[in-house]
Amino acid sequence: MSAPAPRVLVIDDEPPIRKLLRMGLGTEGYQVLEAPNARTALELMAASPDLVILDLGLPDMQGLDLLKALRARDEKVPIVILSSRGEERSKVEALDLGADDYVTKPFGMEELLARMRTAMRHRLQVQGERPVFRIGDLSVDLVRRIVRLHGKEVKLSPKEYELLRLLVQHAGKVLTHRFLLTELWDPLTDAQYLRVYVRQLRQKIEDDPERPRYLTTETGVGYRLRAPDTPAL
Amino acid sequence: MSDQRRDQDDPRPSPEALLKEAEREAPRRGRLKIFVGAAPGVGKTYEMLQSGRARVREGADVVAGLVETHGRKETEALLAGLEVLPRKPLRYGSQVLEEMDLDGLLARRPQIALVDELAHTNAPGSRHPKRYLDVEELLNAGIDVYTTLNIQHIESLNDVVAQITGVRVRETVPDAILDRADAVELVDLTPDDLIQRLREGKVYVPRQAERALTNYFSPGNLTALRELALRRTADRVDDQLLTHMQAHAIAGPWAAGERILACVSEDPRAAGLVRYAKRLADRLHAPFTALSVETRRTLQLSERERNRLAETLRLAQALGADTVTVPGGARRIADDVLAFARANNITQIVVGKSTRSRWFEIINGSVVHDLVRNSGNISVHVIAGEEPAAAPAGPSGRSGGAARNFRSAEHTIALLAVAAALAIAELLQPWVGLESVDLVFLASVVAVAVRFGLWPSLLASVASALCYNFFFLPPLYTFTIASANNVAAFGSFAIIAVVVSNLAARVRTQAMIANARARMTESLYVFSRKLAGAGSLDDVLWATAYQIALMLKVRVVLLLPEQDTIAVRAGYPPEDVLDEADIAAAKWTWQNDRPAGRGSDTLPGARRLFLPMRTSRGAIGVAGIDRDKQGAILSPDERRLLDALIDQAALAIERVQLVEDMDRAKRTIEADRLRSALLTSISHDLKTPLAGALGAATSLRDLAGKLSDAERAELLATAIGELERLNRFIANLLDMTRLESGAIAPNLALHDLGEIVGSALARAGKILAGHRVEIDLPRDLPPINIDAVLFEQALFNLLDNASRYTDPGTAVRLEGRLEKGVVCLQLMDEGEGIPTPDLERIFDKFYRVEKGDRVRAGTGLGLAVARGFVEAMNGTLTAANRVDRRGAVFSLRLPVANEVRRIDAAA
Repeated sequence: MSAPAPRVLVIDDEPPIRKLLRMGLGTEGYQVLEAPNARTALELMAASPDLVILDLGLPDMQGLDLLKALRARDEKVPIVILSSRGEERSKVEALDLGADDYVTKPFGMEELLARMRTAMRHRLQVQGERPVFRIGDLSVDLVRRIVRLHGKEVKLSPKEYELLRLLVQHAGKVLTHRFLLTELWDPLTDAQYLRVYVRQLRQKIEDDPERPRYLTTETGVGYRLRAPDTPAL
Repeated sequence: MSDQRRDQDDPRPSPEALLKEAEREAPRRGRLKIFVGAAPGVGKTYEMLQSGRARVREGADVVAGLVETHGRKETEALLAGLEVLPRKPLRYGSQVLEEMDLDGLLARRPQIALVDELAHTNAPGSRHPKRYLDVEELLNAGIDVYTTLNIQHIESLNDVVAQITGVRVRETVPDAILDRADAVELVDLTPDDLIQRLREGKVYVPRQAERALTNYFSPGNLTALRELALRRTADRVDDQLLTHMQAHAIAGPWAAGERILACVSEDPRAAGLVRYAKRLADRLHAPFTALSVETRRTLQLSERERNRLAETLRLAQALGADTVTVPGGARRIADDVLAFARANNITQIVVGKSTRSRWFEIINGSVVHDLVRNSGNISVHVIAGEEPAAAPAGPSGRSGGAARNFRSAEHTIALLAVAAALAIAELLQPWVGLESVDLVFLASVVAVAVRFGLWPSLLASVASALCYNFFFLPPLYTFTIASANNVAAFGSFAIIAVVVSNLAARVRTQAMIANARARMTESLYVFSRKLAGAGSLDDVLWATAYQIALMLKVRVVLLLPEQDTIAVRAGYPPEDVLDEADIAAAKWTWQNDRPAGRGSDTLPGARRLFLPMRTSRGAIGVAGIDRDKQGAILSPDERRLLDALIDQAALAIERVQLVEDMDRAKRTIEADRLRSALLTSISHDLKTPLAGALGAATSLRDLAGKLSDAERAELLATAIGELERLNRFIANLLDMTRLESGAIAPNLALHDLGEIVGSALARAGKILAGHRVEIDLPRDLPPINIDAVLFEQALFNLLDNASRYTDPGTAVRLEGRLEKGVVCLQLMDEGEGIPTPDLERIFDKFYRVEKGDRVRAGTGLGLAVARGFVEAMNGTLTAANRVDRRGAVFSLRLPVANEVRRIDAAA
């Protein structure tokens, strides 16, 4: 590869985790900057990293406060959160505050790399949209507004299409309830509306709506449409 | 081997003797040393002070609590080097009296306290009326006491001394004090020397008693007193020796099981009789019992006589006797006494000499004669006794008795009854004749006897006889009788009338006694039933307070220990409060396990009388009694009833407390069992996957070069699989902790069941990889109000459980349906099912169904967490076995949300 290695800032107070990420990301061609605390992390922001991995549980600053501080220095850099199970609320808050995605500890390296790739790709892609989006047997033609499953056209209501378009635009990324509600209605709308539309959309684009392959639920957080290059989990 | 031989051969120390020794040697109680003298002036105080000084020289902490020097120079000189506690002034009327400062002494807490004149009576308003009670308290507080005592003040010798000297001292000390003393030192002086000292003015004599005392100090008196003192002290030494010999199992001449019975009555001389019995008992080293027989006569005693009887019984108790009151069932009192004596192995009976008239004895029989005649091998002591000269003025026993028994209304009615009989007889006489008229009079006598008892019926007898003579026997209207026949008729009428009235009256009193007893027994029975039914401590206390108040017409408070003091827990009437004197008396009762307050020896100034409530295990509380009536709070009968009530209540309270203790112990055991299960489970569940992962990882490191790619991949898979298992276990542990600490606050919102089933299945994808998963959820299920994260976790745990208890290749089926207002989700597997007894227990923490040698690698937490989460969302989770085939079925039920907004997707 001729392009310079992307720089990843890893902010975590646990040395074993940092070591693991250094090795794992190093073999994948990333250059790793390590910050064991918030202070070092903010200093290292001067090196303008290409991606930030942030553990929400830091000793010297609230994770969410650090997230705000990071966003204040660079509003574009993709940020992936590391958090624990049972902390859905802080995940949602972090996402709403501008984090791009999250990985729940303990995590597999593959999952983290996938999240990182998605986050970085979206940063590059924001300007232009792909004309046709494909995952598995589902294709969405964003220009002609045509959705096909197994090659057969699927009729969607305008709201259903709007929802699917949003998901496609952010394919691979988790979208919070609030984000979707804000984009489709307004932030004060009952999340129940969203659930109803998701259910109907699944019935039209999934083979088995009870066990969805494309549009998955991130319980307590939001929804995610599978990225084109990732296999079903 | 006969029992007796065995007793003699048995070298083991007797338990009672050891107990007595131990009581004496218990570290808390102080030691008591008494300096005993035969008469005032022998030098007891002097001797005590010298002993005290000797101890000071040895380095002991000695304080003179109270020493009377009576201005004697030698004594004052001895006191000079000692720390003297200031006396406490007590205002009494216009006078200010000085007493020993008991509280000061208790606070000062010396090793040894010197307290002069043990028999002293404290000024009114002191805590205890007697100084020996102060000394008891000092001893209980662990302070050693040196004290002085004249022989004349010893209770059991009180009569003897009075007989010898002609002077009765009112200040007495119970014999028990002397017997319990750890050391007794006799301060002896020959009569001549003592008289010499008296002449030299070295003996303190109260001025007003100077003349009386000149007689007192005659050589004859002093010799007799000296002998008495020597003998009493020797008795005590003997006692000590006996205790010692028994404690150390030294063979010796033990007392041959003598038992003494003193028959007491309301007679004023009974006290002397009790003292005599005490002396006899001491000499024989025998236990003694004071017996009072309740007869129809005792029921009619005056208040004063009853009090005297109670006092005599109390005296007997103070002298160490058991006191017993038995109902007189037999015709003769002597039979009752002998029955009791035989039943209790009594060997000697002490009874007072009768002062009844010869006539009385012919009619009623003599108790003494009956006793002597029928006692068999029991010895009977008949003692004269002497009426105390100092008996307070007032109507003396017998005449007072007659006057008291005259209840005018009853006697008037008796006379009216006779008048009515006379009228009827006059009417009947023309038809029935003279011979039958007397029956009419007899009828009236019997009626009066049954209704009013002995005295009115005797009056009726006499009146009837006179009327019969006057109105019917010729010559009429005179009290003379003409014919011999009529004399016989009149005589037989008079005798029959008296006998009948006597008999009827006896039947009546017996019926009254029986009734009273039956009523009391009935009440006690009802009370015990009530207590047996009371489940909580408060119920028992309230029932007790109410019952005592009801039966004795008194006000009641019940106090139970609370931390290190006692506090009122119940009372009737409930709004009663204790003033400070009451609280002090209650505390004293609790600490000393003896009655205190009004009418008792301690703190008599309190408004209430406080009695300890005890069981065999010790004191458990205090009952306080109060009555508006002036004077003594309770009569002896009432006191007995109260004791019975309090004993029953104490047992009930103890029972409730024991049950509470047992519950607590059970809970502790249960908690311990859980804790040990937790430890076993955690250590197993943490170590097993750790061992697997660590083993795989170290193998990869150490054998890297020798492993094939396939082997390496397998080791890695093992490590990862084991670590994922560990992760699930820790997640469950954390969930359980959150549940138990109450940190679960469900974030309820309307959710689609299908959506959550989907995400749970996605998460469980790997563990269910080997199973078929079937889903049957109707499209039209209403949304349910749940916390999606908790619900998904509960479902995941159920899926995890199913995967572990079924074989790969079997199906796991999820079925949803709408029941009445409830959405039910069932998870069915094709495993072996759940043994019926375990259907509920599988939801207990750390419970695992184990079958044969196949130990399942479960956490024992998954189902407990699942149920906890579901219940936190107002749902239920139950287990059952499938009916259509083998396998278990778990049913999750959640209520349909009340208001389901129908959202039209087409909008």
